Amino acid sequence: MTRKDLTLHLGLVALLFALHFILPAYHHGIFARVMVLAVYAIGYNIAFGYTGLLSLGHAMFFAAGMYGMGLVSYHFGVPALPAWVIGVACAAALAFVVGLLALRTQDVSFMIVTLMFAQAAYLIILYFSEVTRGDDGFVIPGALRAIGPFDLSDEGTRYIVAWILFSVALLFSLWLVRHPFGRVLVALRENEERARLLGYDTGRRKLASLVISGTISGAAGAAYAGLFGYVGGSFAGVQYSIFALLWVLLGGAGTVLGPFVGALFMFYLIDLATEVTEAYMLIAGVVLVLLTLFAPQGIVGEIRRRLWKDLP
Amino acid sequence: MDFGPYLMLAMLEGAVLAAVLALMASGLSLVFGVMRVVNVAHGEFYMLGAVMAWVVTQFLAGLGGGAAVNFIAAAVLAPLIVGAIAAAADVTILKRLDYDPERVIVATIGLLYVIQQATLMGYGPDAKPVVAPFNQRLALPWFEFGEDGFQMYYPWGLSTTSYKLFVIVAAVVLLFALRLFMTRSRAGLIMRATQLDRDMATAFGIPVEKVYALVFGAGAALAALAGVLIVPIQQAHYLMGGDALLLSFIVVIIGGLGSLAGTVVAAVIIGMSDGIISVFFTPTLAKIIATLAVALVLVFRPQGLFGVKTR
Amino acid sequence: MKHEPDVILSTEGLGKSFDGLRANNAIDFTLRKNRVHALIGPNGAGKTTFVSMLIGRLAPTDGAIWFDGQNVTEMPAHRRVALGMGYTFQITSVFSRLSCHENVALAARRKAGRGKGEVEAVVADALARVGLGERAGEVAGDLSYGHQRLLEIAMGLASAPRLLILDEPTQGLAESEIAAFKALIRALSAETTILLIEHNMSVVMELADEITVLNFGEILAHGTAAEIHANPAVQAAYLGTETA
Repeated sequence: MTRKDLTLHLGLVALLFALHFILPAYHHGIFARVMVLAVYAIGYNIAFGYTGLLSLGHAMFFAAGMYGMGLVSYHFGVPALPAWVIGVACAAALAFVVGLLALRTQDVSFMIVTLMFAQAAYLIILYFSEVTRGDDGFVIPGALRAIGPFDLSDEGTRYIVAWILFSVALLFSLWLVRHPFGRVLVALRENEERARLLGYDTGRRKLASLVISGTISGAAGAAYAGLFGYVGGSFAGVQYSIFALLWVLLGGAGTVLGPFVGALFMFYLIDLATEVTEAYMLIAGVVLVLLTLFAPQGIVGEIRRRLWKDLP
Repeated sequence: MDFGPYLMLAMLEGAVLAAVLALMASGLSLVFGVMRVVNVAHGEFYMLGAVMAWVVTQFLAGLGGGAAVNFIAAAVLAPLIVGAIAAAADVTILKRLDYDPERVIVATIGLLYVIQQATLMGYGPDAKPVVAPFNQRLALPWFEFGEDGFQMYYPWGLSTTSYKLFVIVAAVVLLFALRLFMTRSRAGLIMRATQLDRDMATAFGIPVEKVYALVFGAGAALAALAGVLIVPIQQAHYLMGGDALLLSFIVVIIGGLGSLAGTVVAAVIIGMSDGIISVFFTPTLAKIIATLAVALVLVFRPQGLFGVKTR
Repeated sequence: MKHEPDVILSTEGLGKSFDGLRANNAIDFTLRKNRVHALIGPNGAGKTTFVSMLIGRLAPTDGAIWFDGQNVTEMPAHRRVALGMGYTFQITSVFSRLSCHENVALAARRKAGRGKGEVEAVVADALARVGLGERAGEVAGDLSYGHQRLLEIAMGLASAPRLLILDEPTQGLAESEIAAFKALIRALSAETTILLIEHNMSVVMELADEITVLNFGEILAHGTAAEIHANPAVQAAYLGTETA
């Protein structure tokens, strides 16, 4: 890892910490939310951006974390931190099972299989509405949303917790892609057959990548439930899987900073759009089409191509 | 109602769904078969067909046209308009992506939202009806062996409409026409040649780009036609494409990607079983079972249940 | 045969059918350690099918493959590589968007227990041996075709295999590059076993200690370069299809 890389990424972490004291309330709230969603995108990026696994079902991992955390809080009164761990474990287990099945397929079939599994997960949430409260979702009782003395519904605490989670995820992904394991994931993306004939067990590596990816996405989902207190079916829908793809593509697939940049841009774009029209997803559609046509590398990818060749 | 008549009713409803699904899914299958790309926006072309049917009939009703004439005009115009939009999307977007399968999926996801949300802006969030050209209620007989021996009677509630029967017949006729077109006509031959080997087709002077635009347009037009047929039964709504897309995916995958005959068989199975299963289970449970089943088919039998493994 | 200590790889009755078409039939093949063994034969003789089964890209229809005293017939490709088999593709297959250094490093790192410094040394050495030392930082896809072939060989070297299978390594190389290639293989033959699938007869005749000729999916002849050269059956098989 070069010092320049580390400086850049630590710089972003420091900047986000500084923004905690500077940002006006409205943007402070948005940034807290974007940091959590960026963790979801960071997870997605490990599968899609670095390993080349184009999943259309990552919302199921986000939702597994969210519901794993939310349901044990809501029904059994488990406090925030252990509930979060349970949520993360649920996502990891789901990613493992889905990976075992879905990774038997490739390319377009993989996309459709993940889409179908996610759709089934979404429908299961709706079906067991007595437990999950279906589409309406539920609110986690305020008393449970605390870690020790820190009240997660307090905006300052919320920002700091989101910042910690984001920083850990960002630095972990930076470490991972520089690590020999991460380099093999890139090799799988570039040329799977070649990697196999260099002696790498490509099936196991892909499974590992998907589990890491799903676990991080689930960690974001569980944190979202704890920080914002709401658990709902819409987070498991197709749209949330598409969001992960959209953020990563916009920011730059296969770049460490891309997920955050994409999530931040898109969040503000949609936030602006909702003020003008209820058809705010139009923006998402237009951006997706334009990206595939003109900038498949995304924002950070273009910076890497033009300005900074070794950006991770 | 007794179980027997009830089941018959469910099968009739299932047959209507199967008919519409077969039309829509053959569009998806045609596009995949010839162009080897998956069109995720296919459900939106179906929705657009239904919405266009509403627009056309509204416009003509304003001019004082009768319900039947208006509907026929809609059945002709809506698929043409939607097909033209799709062909334009092919030329401006898909062609530039060089029909790379993954990028096409991402782009058509974008297209899905563009069409859906543009419809929301222009057409609004409400479901709107289109009047069927004819809609007589047809009571259906049932029979039983009672004390007086064999007898026929008309149970209360066992009925269908002439329009629903028309939808089934129309779909059968259209699918036969499609099959004849693909196997007998010159244009169909060209499409199949392009499907087999794109480079070879180019070498033989087939204008592959035009063929692709036409196929993509035709696939969308089939979906739109399905939308036109369903709208007198279901009303047109800007979100109606999602479920339809999912069902078509299921049908096309079960039937074997790109195989027209398999698609039709699968549409009948899925349509009928959806009608019948929903008698016994809630629709949500039926959908869960269907989506999981289709995912497992793709994992363990990627050639589909009726496909052959070669190629 | 498989128990003889100087044999690294052998096949017994190896065969492969594609939809009833017999691509390989009853091949009994023995490869001795620290030799350069060439596999030749006219186009369509089944050479690529044969080596694809050796490395595990294709599953044989019948027969068995032994590597270093171990039956590897059912073993997936990556485990065979882990056991010490190396393979370079007939059609150049490098990681074209990664640097030359990273390409070779991916091959070098797979061996367990190699520290960062050791990997760097192995990569530098492998690149230097094929003459790409100066180009370590370049993106593989930007290299000329001949250099990409050399990069493939460097990847093979870096994984330090006990058996290196080279599938048509000189295909598309210029004369000067072929000369350098011959020198490289000669140097390599001191430290590892090489199975060379090759069209270029001058390369085969100069380098090979042993030659096996495949024709119509079966072994036609086996012997030293001189023996093969004089074999009338081989000459008949090649007549009109190859200038020996």
